[in-house]
Amino acid sequence: MSQFTVYLVTSIALFTMGLWGMIALPHLLRKILAFNVMGIGIFLFLVNLAGRAGDGSMDNVPLAMVLTGIVVAVSATAFMLAIMRRIHAETGAITLVDDDEEDAS
Amino acid sequence: MSQLIVLAVWVPLAGAVLTFLLRSRHVRTVGLIASVASALVANGVVWHVWQEGEQRYAVGGWGAPLGIDLLADGLSVFMLAMTALVGVLVSWYAWGYFTPAEESVDVSGNRRLPGWAEPDSFWPTWLLLWAALNIIFLTSDMFNAYVGLEIMSLAAVALVLLSRKRVAMTAGLRYLLASLMGSLSYLMGVAMLYAAFGTLDMTLLGQRMEPGWPAWTALGLVTVGLMLKSAIFPLHFWLPPAHANAPTPVSAILSALVIKASFYLLLRLWFEVFPDVKTLAASEMLGAIGAIAILWGSVQAIRQSRLKLLVAYSTVAQVGYLFLMIPLATPAPGDAGGLLSLNVFGWDGGMYQVISHAFAKAAMFLAAGTIIYALNDVDDIQDMAGFASKLPITTSAFALASVSLMGLPPSGGFVAKWLFMMASIQNQQWWWSAVLIVGGLLTAIYVFKVLAKAFRPAPEGRTWRRVPLSLELPALGLSLIAFLMGVFAATVYQLLEIGRGPFL
Repeated sequence: MSQFTVYLVTSIALFTMGLWGMIALPHLLRKILAFNVMGIGIFLFLVNLAGRAGDGSMDNVPLAMVLTGIVVAVSATAFMLAIMRRIHAETGAITLVDDDEEDAS
Repeated sequence: MSQLIVLAVWVPLAGAVLTFLLRSRHVRTVGLIASVASALVANGVVWHVWQEGEQRYAVGGWGAPLGIDLLADGLSVFMLAMTALVGVLVSWYAWGYFTPAEESVDVSGNRRLPGWAEPDSFWPTWLLLWAALNIIFLTSDMFNAYVGLEIMSLAAVALVLLSRKRVAMTAGLRYLLASLMGSLSYLMGVAMLYAAFGTLDMTLLGQRMEPGWPAWTALGLVTVGLMLKSAIFPLHFWLPPAHANAPTPVSAILSALVIKASFYLLLRLWFEVFPDVKTLAASEMLGAIGAIAILWGSVQAIRQSRLKLLVAYSTVAQVGYLFLMIPLATPAPGDAGGLLSLNVFGWDGGMYQVISHAFAKAAMFLAAGTIIYALNDVDDIQDMAGFASKLPITTSAFALASVSLMGLPPSGGFVAKWLFMMASIQNQQWWWSAVLIVGGLLTAIYVFKVLAKAFRPAPEGRTWRRVPLSLELPALGLSLIAFLMGVFAATVYQLLEIGRGPFL
């Protein structure tokens, strides 16, 4: 297997694992980490794509996408962590409790 | 003059920065002025495109394929105009809703928590959201659209959290997680498109597109991501709690505009980027999902006891109508143009549904919020008897919006359904008509559940909060637009005609 294929398979595996984690794991911190794993899968896919010519030359467009994507992922992660802490401080819960029916205000 | 396109993004963004930095009790007035300015610039773009046709602007002088192009065509200005009109009226409502800190605790009587959201935070966040919507409507670049989607999601969730209720926090985080999952799925699709076709520009992609596994996988990922963000059944789970527990102006913005942005992208991709990659079977499947959403959302709306949840489930149902557009705007198999052409009835019906739902649902949420406010935050429909005599303007707004959602003439909702029926006859797919009729009946049941309460005598000894006009008139304005849209069909039709341009 060439280096390109190894990275390609790894990136798709990371994406899938992250997706599974975001859906299946109840703990909020795990969900947030899974979001990052999913994102890293995409970034690896793109970085791998940038160097696919194989002669050391780089395609800059995917690299620019990765840089922007990282900025988005960092801010989204920070925002989610802030809400998670807030929920934990107010309710003591660390999962998404379904309390839509009763108004807890 | 194509710099106007840049201004359409820049003005709300500048307004967001200004209202964020400004520490004064006049923030809400500045925010309202910024909203009006944003709407005026957007209408400038609409006028310009109307007069001179499609406008393209290469940001920083770097054109596609390397740079990012902004593109204003008929479809984008259609969405731009809708956002501007809904935006200004909702901003007017918000001006009355988020009163300054010194004047009251806040309109729902919640205690303020230090270091947490202030009512003033509404303005920068809302203007940022507006800028993100304009980015999505005006971009011609798949990745730029992703950035727009992310700014939109983060701003939308921050707006939900303004309510500071505990349920709102959980609902907000669930919304954020669902939304980010959708964005990442979209991004993976975009990455695959770049891998296969070497460009991110939608127009160029449309030219280079050819059916095959890369295109199908990318279309699948992008579609599922956008469906999650548009809250189509069964991916709607996050919508009702988030939309129902947000502050009222925010609920209106989320249901009327935010849902439409991801649907707009879906539409552009299905009909402009992937026209010959999509198959009839896939279009039919999306339509079937839409039909289930209409039935499921309406039945859930009928079952709700809380007013804002009822309105939120109604959105789940109405999003279903939007998805009917995908099979109905695709021409019948016998059509000469094949998958590349368009069933004009289906297309126009869908666009009518987009705008009439935006106005009607914004009006309905604002009216619902005003009723709840007047009743001292009673949210249970059972306890709402008699609001018609106390709030005649708001009751009219709610009723007019209901007429449009049910699809009775002369409302915009009626025109949408009528065009959909024409399309289903033309495509020889009568079953969509059956869905439209059943959906209309179910809608009637849940809106009459509320309106029947309105005319019951109010219980003795109930105290009513005095409602300022700024909480009543915007809802009436929005519902009148939705109601009269059928009367002004000719004007809307002209706008629709330039909107169909790129696809015919």
